[in-house]
Amino acid sequence: MSRRISSGNIIESLQNVQEKHGFLPRDSLIKLSQDTRIPLSRIFGVATFYHQFRLEPPGRVTIAVCMGTACHLRGNAENYEFLKRFLSIGPGRSTSDDGLFSLEKARCFGCCSLAPVVKIGDMLIGKATPRELQRAISRIREEILREEAARETRG
Amino acid sequence: MMRQEYWTLMDPCCDYCLHSWDNPCAKYVVCRVRGPFCHKSVECREKRQRRVKEVLYGSQGVRINIGASSCGLAAGAEKVIEAVKDGLRSMGVEAEISAVGCLGLCFMEPFIEIRSEDGPSPIYGHVSPENVGDILAKYFEEGSVDGAFAIRRRTGRFKDEERVPLLDELDVWRKQVKWVSRNCGVINPESIEEYIVTGGYEGLSRALTMKPEEVIEEIRLAGLRGRGGAGFPTWLKWKICREQSSEEKYVICNADEGDPGAFMNRLLAESDPHRVLEGLIIAGYAIGASQGVIFVRAEKPLMAARLEKAVEDARRWGLLGENILGSGFSFDVRVMRSAGAFVCGEETAMIAAIEGRRAMPRQRPPYPASKGLWDKPTVVNNVETLAHVATIMAHGWREFAKYGTERSKGTKMFCVTGGVKRTGAFEVPIGTTIRALVYDIAGGPREGRMIKAVQIGGPSGGCLPERLFDLPIDYESLQEAGAIMGSGGLVVIDDTNCMVDVARYFTSFTLAESCGKCIPCRVGTKALYDRLSAIVEGMGSQEDLQLLEEIGMMMKEAALCALGGTAPNPILSSLRYFRDEYEAHILEKKCPAKVCSRLVTYAINQELCVKCGLCAKSCPVGAIVKTADGHFTVDESKCIRCGTCVITCPRGAVEKR
Repeated sequence: MSRRISSGNIIESLQNVQEKHGFLPRDSLIKLSQDTRIPLSRIFGVATFYHQFRLEPPGRVTIAVCMGTACHLRGNAENYEFLKRFLSIGPGRSTSDDGLFSLEKARCFGCCSLAPVVKIGDMLIGKATPRELQRAISRIREEILREEAARETRG
Repeated sequence: MMRQEYWTLMDPCCDYCLHSWDNPCAKYVVCRVRGPFCHKSVECREKRQRRVKEVLYGSQGVRINIGASSCGLAAGAEKVIEAVKDGLRSMGVEAEISAVGCLGLCFMEPFIEIRSEDGPSPIYGHVSPENVGDILAKYFEEGSVDGAFAIRRRTGRFKDEERVPLLDELDVWRKQVKWVSRNCGVINPESIEEYIVTGGYEGLSRALTMKPEEVIEEIRLAGLRGRGGAGFPTWLKWKICREQSSEEKYVICNADEGDPGAFMNRLLAESDPHRVLEGLIIAGYAIGASQGVIFVRAEKPLMAARLEKAVEDARRWGLLGENILGSGFSFDVRVMRSAGAFVCGEETAMIAAIEGRRAMPRQRPPYPASKGLWDKPTVVNNVETLAHVATIMAHGWREFAKYGTERSKGTKMFCVTGGVKRTGAFEVPIGTTIRALVYDIAGGPREGRMIKAVQIGGPSGGCLPERLFDLPIDYESLQEAGAIMGSGGLVVIDDTNCMVDVARYFTSFTLAESCGKCIPCRVGTKALYDRLSAIVEGMGSQEDLQLLEEIGMMMKEAALCALGGTAPNPILSSLRYFRDEYEAHILEKKCPAKVCSRLVTYAINQELCVKCGLCAKSCPVGAIVKTADGHFTVDESKCIRCGTCVITCPRGAVEKR
């Protein structure tokens, strides 16, 4: 393969950084700029252009609400508003106050026939309703808190 | 070459076979199933035939296929696989379990199919870990196909065969033409051997015996046009690129499927990735490229993984790399994962992304065919187009050109979602009417609902009302009516959906996805969105409608790329056909479909109410109060229309009015 394709692509480098840290830490971007001699401004431009990249650490569990057409028509706009309220995520923020959940809008997952679809962590929930989401999130929250409590008593 | 524990068709049959990636044999592909050609050996021939059967029906003669592409997995296919294994073990039955792709019958995911050479091959839908034991017991112990969705053939050897419909008799199947999707949901997409057994890579073998110009001519005769939506003749793109004098040329497979409501590319590449790859190699040969890039959408990781596996396997058996099948043609492919930006679907934006820049389209001409990736001549073809290329080269242009209309040949995959009984991905000849797709194949409206319109072609397309459903779908016919075929996503809109809300939804999408380079798109989408927001919030005026049309027309004329140029289509088409809905929002301050929350009021149906008080407790603003006589009512002056009470009420007594 031509070296130009494999080394010239900062998108793939950024993907690797995010894979490792879960987000793009400032220091990593500066280092990437120094290593590749690509101006930091350009790297920042790319990092903020694409949906995949985030500059803030995510919550422990990411909840992605599909915003595809079929999901929208079948009620994911309501699901999203519900999740925002239920997780008490303030305006302009994406992570719940307890830092456990981050909420994001996702582009079509391509599972339109199961619409509306919400992804909690790695778990895809098809035909999602607020009630079902409420149950799933409460269960995950309890699990996390239980784990933490267990760790504290041990430590 | 690494040896496996068991012999596969890909391996040399005996010491006579000398094919390897550094010593390629021109007949390697065709020899796999029909060989051996270079030596006479009954034993080697029989060995092949035995293996072909094994691949098709498993070593025990029975094979259980389970649909495990993204949608099947989302519907719980993984648990079904485990349950099938358990079920077989407890009955002491040995059968091959195979994770296959998607049949396109998404409405009945997850599905399983029990295949054997002389059996009826029943297909079961909505399979769960709970009911799969019963299905297996009936089939293997009672010899019955009871409970199947359909069977592939009647054998007379199984009970209840008469009561289960034949797949080919069902509307959902009968009206389709499985041309490019023939392997989807049938073969294991991660096995190159299964692709070879179904005739895979024979198109490439044939192409390599022809001159590149002859390959281009074959595609011209077939009449194949780009399946991404623009409909540019594939052969012409290739010819222009071929005629460029350049040492380096590239082919890019556009797998950045981003239209909401369209997933045929994901389905194809996840279910039959080698077909896409084969098409890409043929395209590379035709234009004289030495490198290919498959650009995959970030949100579709399984599609990327399966394509990567296909590339790896093809390379291992000498179908990619130096001197492919001894033809002197060298070609390699890499898979690149997009970082997520809808505009990447535009070819010049995609090229920018591959070069590691922000995905912003540039002015065309020069077209990529003369100046593309790294300023070299580049062809960009869509996933489905390339899969068609491979199929045409294998079966000949005549077979392909049998289907379709005068100007648009062949078949096209469509994804039908939204308010229909049977959602899924269906392949039909181009020129099939909207009605045939929505009513005959997808089964028409859901129980108690009425279909109002279809939205065709994603955010670039338009909404067509029910009365235009007899229009044939091809590249040109819909344009006059204000829509496009696009990549083939059909979202069915029924009476529970509001057209203004739909238009606003698409505009919010293009607003977020506009790359910001040109002003008509960057400012235009925002202006459109603000006007629509005012309307759905009950603050719109008649002038807003005029403004929507004016801004829309301006964007069509002035935007740099197709994203901006087509962004107003959902609005302009719904204004054309559903103006009354817009006017109801503006004049009567009412949303006829009761979707726009600012324009609905909530009320409690006293007949259904059991007075449990949950709604009052859940209301965040205390707008639900208990009256003196013990009833609950909504205080409209306080209500913020969040809908929490509707979700909380166990009896469904809170109604929208």
